Amino acid sequence: MSTLKPAVSENDHIQGDQSASVEIVEFGDYECPFCGDAYPIVKEIQETFGEQIKFAFRNFPLQEAHPFALSAAFAAEAAAAQGKFWEMHDAIYENQHRLSEHIFAELAEMVGLDLEKFKEDSQSEEVKQKVESDFESGVRSGVNGTPSFYVDGIKFDGGVMDLYQMLKESTE
Amino acid sequence: MLEEGAKAPDFELNATPDQKIRLKDFKGKNVILAFYPADWSPVCSDQMALYNEMLKYFNKYDAQIFGISVDSVWCHLAFSADRKLHFPLLADFEPKGEVSKAYGAYDDEAGESKRALFVIDKEGNIAWSYLSPTAVNPGADGILDALDKLTKK
Repeated sequence: MSTLKPAVSENDHIQGDQSASVEIVEFGDYECPFCGDAYPIVKEIQETFGEQIKFAFRNFPLQEAHPFALSAAFAAEAAAAQGKFWEMHDAIYENQHRLSEHIFAELAEMVGLDLEKFKEDSQSEEVKQKVESDFESGVRSGVNGTPSFYVDGIKFDGGVMDLYQMLKESTE
Repeated sequence: MLEEGAKAPDFELNATPDQKIRLKDFKGKNVILAFYPADWSPVCSDQMALYNEMLKYFNKYDAQIFGISVDSVWCHLAFSADRKLHFPLLADFEPKGEVSKAYGAYDDEAGESKRALFVIDKEGNIAWSYLSPTAVNPGADGILDALDKLTKK
């Protein structure tokens, strides 16, 4: 059984209540079509279960398979430096069908980022480190594809619909 | 299936139509063997695609990875090019599955290699092995843990 290493901490991007009873972590790739499909379901899960759930996202870009995955991860982390990680995360998934190297500045503008700072941060060592350490954490935690979900620190053996179903049953 | 402590059976398999890989030549390096059933499984959860992203981690441990299946060199070449793989895929093609059988990683019924992982130390001994259910991509955490142990020795 694979467990999440390291555990969720203040280094993570977390949505939802700190004291929520269920912790979900997704390892995702912004260009992976299965992650794109999972994105609205995760949103639905968050809406359905509200404050019972906190959700964290870690980067797992498969850059050899997906040419824009790494730039996308950098873009989201750069947005985080301006407190807009989730806005950028959402914007990228919502525009996944037209991902390109040029889209990120447009999305940055859309979510209201300082463009100069955004461009600088996208190239920064800190952002690279963050993405790298997310990836390594995924590898160490037994991520074998994207998306991979962890529920309360344990690898969830199934897709996002299975996750939804499991949560429904466990909160009934 | 061969387990920790066993001598890793030597083999010579084609990586490309005119390049053969001999295990013995990798003495002094850690070697990872990833037997898998077939080329062309779905992209995002593909085991070989994952290892492809991890080559720099394997490098850190002075480890070379080889994928092995019963597909032919030509199939491997096409698969490798399509997925932009940067490590060799070996063709356990003729006699079919001979090396997989030597490692106890052959599925007679399916006529394919099982999904089995081996980490071989610098002296050519098996340091860790793992048999995964065929449908499950075993990821890489087990490999890294095994390599960790080897470097701490």
